[in-house]
Amino acid sequence: MRIAVIDENPVRAAIIEDGLAEVGERDVFVISERSGMARAIETIDPEVILIDLGNPSRDMLEEYFAVSRAVSRPIAMFVEQSDEDTIAAAIDAGVSAYIVDGLSQRRMKPILDLAVRRFQAFSRLQAELKEARDALSDRTIIDSAKKILIGKRKMSEPEAHKLLRDHAMNSNKRMAEIAEAIVTAEKLLGGGL
Amino acid sequence: MSIDQINIGFLPLVDAALPILAQEHGFAEEQGLHLNFIRDVSWASVLDRLLYGHTDAAHLLAPLAIATTLGRGRPAKPLSVPFVLGLNGNAITMSHILADKVAPVGRLGDPVAVGEKLKAEIAERARSGSRVRFGVVHRYSGHNYKLRYWLAQCGIAPDTDVDIVTIAPPFAADALANDEVDGICVGEPWNSVAVERGVGRIVLVTAQIWRRGVEKVLAMPADKLDDNRDKFERLVRALHFAAKHFVDPVNWDANAAILARKEYLDGSARLINRAISDRIMLTAGAPPLDAPDFMFQYREAANFPWKSQAAWLYSQLLRWDHLAYNANDQLRAEQVFQPNVYRTALKGLDTPMPGANAKLEGSVSDSLPVGSTQGRLTLGANPFFDGRVFDPMAVQNYLDSLPKS
Repeated sequence: MRIAVIDENPVRAAIIEDGLAEVGERDVFVISERSGMARAIETIDPEVILIDLGNPSRDMLEEYFAVSRAVSRPIAMFVEQSDEDTIAAAIDAGVSAYIVDGLSQRRMKPILDLAVRRFQAFSRLQAELKEARDALSDRTIIDSAKKILIGKRKMSEPEAHKLLRDHAMNSNKRMAEIAEAIVTAEKLLGGGL
Repeated sequence: MSIDQINIGFLPLVDAALPILAQEHGFAEEQGLHLNFIRDVSWASVLDRLLYGHTDAAHLLAPLAIATTLGRGRPAKPLSVPFVLGLNGNAITMSHILADKVAPVGRLGDPVAVGEKLKAEIAERARSGSRVRFGVVHRYSGHNYKLRYWLAQCGIAPDTDVDIVTIAPPFAADALANDEVDGICVGEPWNSVAVERGVGRIVLVTAQIWRRGVEKVLAMPADKLDDNRDKFERLVRALHFAAKHFVDPVNWDANAAILARKEYLDGSARLINRAISDRIMLTAGAPPLDAPDFMFQYREAANFPWKSQAAWLYSQLLRWDHLAYNANDQLRAEQVFQPNVYRTALKGLDTPMPGANAKLEGSVSDSLPVGSTQGRLTLGANPFFDGRVFDPMAVQNYLDSLPKS
């Protein structure tokens, strides 16, 4: 089966491609460029097209499917063609699919299920990355706040840490927020960081 | 009172204003509602989310609601429209090269005069083997239908004399800049973005083609509306109050600022303000001009879903999809528009309520007091630029009378 994965995020496209190869769907083509998309699809003539919901070219593609005589006409996945849960899961995960008429639901379902899992994995990965970045900047700001406390209040590092932590717990805030307040105050009051 | 949540899908366009402002100004809360917004970048994704229950209602192109109901491009799924989010608000922006040939400088063109010159230019280009190319936002859009209506009435066959392609609004200015198209018919703020970037000139606004042309609607699956009638009637009320607020000049600055925010249009408040105040800058650096009725969001029961407007859209769907007339399909298309929901939702308010569900579209050339069941309703001029009148009871005759593609 020929599957086209249209995704302007090359990392996510690669993750899906990789997954499809694992389930034995080897005719997978990735299109990540907007320009020349229609021509690329024409060449591939796919039976299944997977595309993320955030792709701004979807309306252009649907127009192309509607008028082009060059490709077998793919239509949007619909409840009648698959079970509702599968499609709802796909929309939740942010992936949409077009399939050529006549392709059986039995053959389609594993592909869509896999795309959903891979999309979710990618979202998780992104969330984790963001968390890691946030944690990193959290630590930087907490360290700056501690330095201010150590310098101004003649505290030891553990004391400064305890002060921040206790204050955060008492005010139901994150340590980084308390630290940010201290750093901001220091900047505003001309502490010359 | 407990608060009901409603998830609403939208594209970042100025005419997504009413649901956003209903939430922001507390009109939704007054009706016991909290609106959550899900922004997309394609109508296909707005529609997918609506059909699979990710959203409860959506800011949608009126023709797309009808095409979806009739199963064009995907299996049929009936949608309902209890409230029209606005009339017009789109423009035709051309590259400077084309605009300089077909349009006057310093003012909007006259549709007939621009059409004549465009026809000559198309003939001229045909001799050298090139074609004029327009971009519209969607096959099933008011933009596409109004552009085609205008071209066809000017003796230009939209299917054969020019190319009309689909372009996502955020790419429209790029497409003009890169010579991928010679003109775009899109909603705001995207014409103004093209003007601001110096890549095009606004030549016509769609209000000049059909003075009261239906544009975006609030759409939802028909069964969902039936099952949650009270909740959606409260939403209609909230939108009604938002519309009243939207057209008051006192609120324009504040509303433009809200719409410009990152989570909504993520754009320039200055450009958005031009659209909502009907003050359009035609070309970079020119003073903004008054474009009366450019956007039409409230007066004259503008939000009332006239069945005759649905019928006109159906007639154009037949015309450009090259389908045969079918009385049952017309009925299905008209049933998308649900004036009765609008009536019960706004009963007892001071808003004028039409007595009829359909009218002769394009028949009012001056102003006309019409029958109403509450308040007083006077319809303003609503002509098509060629003076033709659409009678929803005679769709086949109307289609027979129009120029062929």
